[in-house]
Amino acid sequence: MDVSQYLEIFIDETNGHLQDLSDCIMVLEKEPENMDTINEIFRAAHSLKGMAGTMGFKRMQRLTHDMENVFQEIRSGNMNVTSSLVDVLFQCLDAIEAYLDNIKESSDEGTDDNEAIINELNDILAAGTGAAPQKEEKPKEEASKPKEDASSSDEKYPKKYLDIEFSEKEKDELKEAEEKGMHLYGITVYIQKECLLKAARAFLVFKAVEDYGNILVYSPSSQDIEDEKFEFDFSFFLASEAEFEEIEAVTKAVSEIEEVVGERLKFKDLTAAAEKKEAEEAAAAKAAAQAAKAAAEKAPAAQAAKAPAAKQAAGKQAAAKKQTPGKPVTNRTVRVDIEKLDALMNQVSELIIAKNSLVAFGYNPEGEGGINSQAFHEQIEYLEQITTGLHESVMKVRMVPIESVVQKFPRMIRDLSKKLDKKMELYMTGEDTELDRTVVDQIGDPLQHLLRNSADHGLESAEVRLKRGKPEVGAINLNAFQEGNNVIIEVSDDGNGIDTENVKNKAIERGLVTPEQAAGLSQKEIIDFLFMPSFSMAKQISDISGRGVGLDVVKSNIEALGGDVEVKSVLGEGSKFIVRLPLTLAIIQALMVEVRKEKYAISLGSIETIEEISPSDIKYVQAKEVIHIRDMVIPLFYLDQLLDCEPAEEERESLIVIIVRKGDRFAGLIVDELDGQQEIVIKSLGKYINNSSKIISGATVLGDGEVALILDVNTLF
Amino acid sequence: MAKNKSMIEDDKKQYIVVKIGSEQYGIDISYVNNIVRMQKITRVPKVQPYFKGVINLRGEIVPIMSIRTKMNLEPDVFTDVTRIIILKLEEHGVLGILVDEVKEVVTLGPNEIDKTTNDVKNNKSNFIDGVGKNGGTLISLFDINSIVDESENA
Repeated sequence: MDVSQYLEIFIDETNGHLQDLSDCIMVLEKEPENMDTINEIFRAAHSLKGMAGTMGFKRMQRLTHDMENVFQEIRSGNMNVTSSLVDVLFQCLDAIEAYLDNIKESSDEGTDDNEAIINELNDILAAGTGAAPQKEEKPKEEASKPKEDASSSDEKYPKKYLDIEFSEKEKDELKEAEEKGMHLYGITVYIQKECLLKAARAFLVFKAVEDYGNILVYSPSSQDIEDEKFEFDFSFFLASEAEFEEIEAVTKAVSEIEEVVGERLKFKDLTAAAEKKEAEEAAAAKAAAQAAKAAAEKAPAAQAAKAPAAKQAAGKQAAAKKQTPGKPVTNRTVRVDIEKLDALMNQVSELIIAKNSLVAFGYNPEGEGGINSQAFHEQIEYLEQITTGLHESVMKVRMVPIESVVQKFPRMIRDLSKKLDKKMELYMTGEDTELDRTVVDQIGDPLQHLLRNSADHGLESAEVRLKRGKPEVGAINLNAFQEGNNVIIEVSDDGNGIDTENVKNKAIERGLVTPEQAAGLSQKEIIDFLFMPSFSMAKQISDISGRGVGLDVVKSNIEALGGDVEVKSVLGEGSKFIVRLPLTLAIIQALMVEVRKEKYAISLGSIETIEEISPSDIKYVQAKEVIHIRDMVIPLFYLDQLLDCEPAEEERESLIVIIVRKGDRFAGLIVDELDGQQEIVIKSLGKYINNSSKIISGATVLGDGEVALILDVNTLF
Repeated sequence: MAKNKSMIEDDKKQYIVVKIGSEQYGIDISYVNNIVRMQKITRVPKVQPYFKGVINLRGEIVPIMSIRTKMNLEPDVFTDVTRIIILKLEEHGVLGILVDEVKEVVTLGPNEIDKTTNDVKNNKSNFIDGVGKNGGTLISLFDINSIVDESENA
């Protein structure tokens, strides 16, 4: 059955179900007894399974099936919800999402079986219900080909690590490690023959064991392993303080690993290994027994938690590798409330009526309804009403609540909380705030970044918080609301705040400012350093943040959307990132102004007041012109100078000043004339014009067909 | 050359011949979207000097480039015959260039075009990729892409 035409719907709905599941599981963790939630989870999982099955995504179906089993048991009260279960469930969601990503990219779910997650699910099921473990022992395939090596020819998984020949350097390293009291382990890992990404598996194994110690010797060389120049096994020597069983467990947790053999070795034995054939055989038997035992005892869920995550990364890697040339199969869509569409439809019908009446005037220009008649003007007014309404409706159709973006954040914070071992809670308000679809699409990453930032750098460790008399659980707030023509999204935390001294020192260290310059910087100017490319304050790089590609990307992303970011911070009390975004990208209310007969539009949203002043009101502060009104000192800018116009011919007796505002700062803009308010459609200047000063943010076509440029007054600040 | 003869028919290209200063230039007609009369150009401050500004072309904002400024020639003089050639390039969008006059459309085959040598091409202010011979007159053929690329980098 050709199901490709349903693919978009499938992706859409799966996304929806995934989100529902994620939300519900979060609730479930807090209220394990909540029957309604459990029922909802069960329904969502069931629908997911059904859809995946219909579409022929077998792997996805299998995973959701096993999830459904678990929910079934929970629902019938045979099982309790535990934290580790929730962890596994979230891994399942991640895995399904990875499938979905693959499907989006290539209409194929990919090849990751997520065996480990499925096993964990089944284990939980088995443990929870007390039933006999119904683990599906995968039939072990004839893995290794017969080896010529006489010593282990009868052994299914020969200990190839004993065959490694060491270089002098490696010998020294091994010896040194042993002298430091580390245990030396020789390990050979066998990968399943059907494994497609051997190098990725090997990489995951290395990554897993490196948590326990250092890998000193690779066979084949690490380069060859990376390039997949090996059969289905590879060996390495590890220096570690951990026990062998632990290392074996993490290694096996990597999927598509057939078998792991290894043992603890002494350096002197190693060097003499060649002669110790009998001993080796004995050891091999023991190791095999050990391995078998370990295989029987499944690693507890929590311990293996790392592996599926890593595996998912590999899955993504695989997807990226495989599907680079593939085209995304989905279109960007908006789900529109039918009411909005009805309104639109009504307006369009009215528009047609209005057009028809105008046509009627055209037939009879001199008659009763002549071109200057009252009726004609009424029609024009009517038409104007309709077009304004139409504008608004179309705009609203494009508007979606930011909910779709922010709803994944509670889960993210939960994960971060576990990962960073800090207690924190995310409080969100204003999820129903609406923004243009294009903005909503783009805003996810920057917000995510700011939240991670708060979680990682902002919030202090529990001890510090206690010392400072703060509640143990750190609070991260995400508030969204509308303010004039803008939507404001604030990400704040009650953590440490930004240590401006530290930032300043770092800036000096990086040679961005001299110590003398630094002394004169305002708090804002110092904080601005944080937004510079590769300026990271993190002392060490974690995978959460600190790579120096953070805030500058946030800033440039938001600016690309026509918004801006502001930071407020009090050391010791917390910081607040304020993201300001335009409500819509297409149509704005603007004030038209004239400078030397050139027309410019300024967004009404950023205008505070308009003042008329006399030149004598202008004062000087630090050689800059300012005015002093209503207890505020406001810097002045001459628009003609900003825009390289011809100088004015005569001195004016009074000046028109437009007071514009960005956040809590003001600036005065001196213009020649005011031309009234107008609704304008924003158009881009195109790619050719290199608008580096950014003061011109676009252009618009006026009623008479003339082009007026739109000023972005935010660049004044 | 003989073996090329049969292909000539297919390789013929049409060029719009325009006058800039005292010279004639050819623009590959496949890039030309429209030719419009001179109209009010809205100056855009703080941009490359060879962008005169933007015009409204049926609701679309089109940037206007002065070829003269770009080629370091005398500044444009606007007359009754000044025209704006609207070029349309696949991925870059629409761009207008100012010319003093539009003369005619000519069809040139490969035989009638001398490709310019690399020497000339290295000259920065040169956006010509060949010279066409139309009867007795010589027509410098614009390399549209180099005009456009340059304007992106500048």
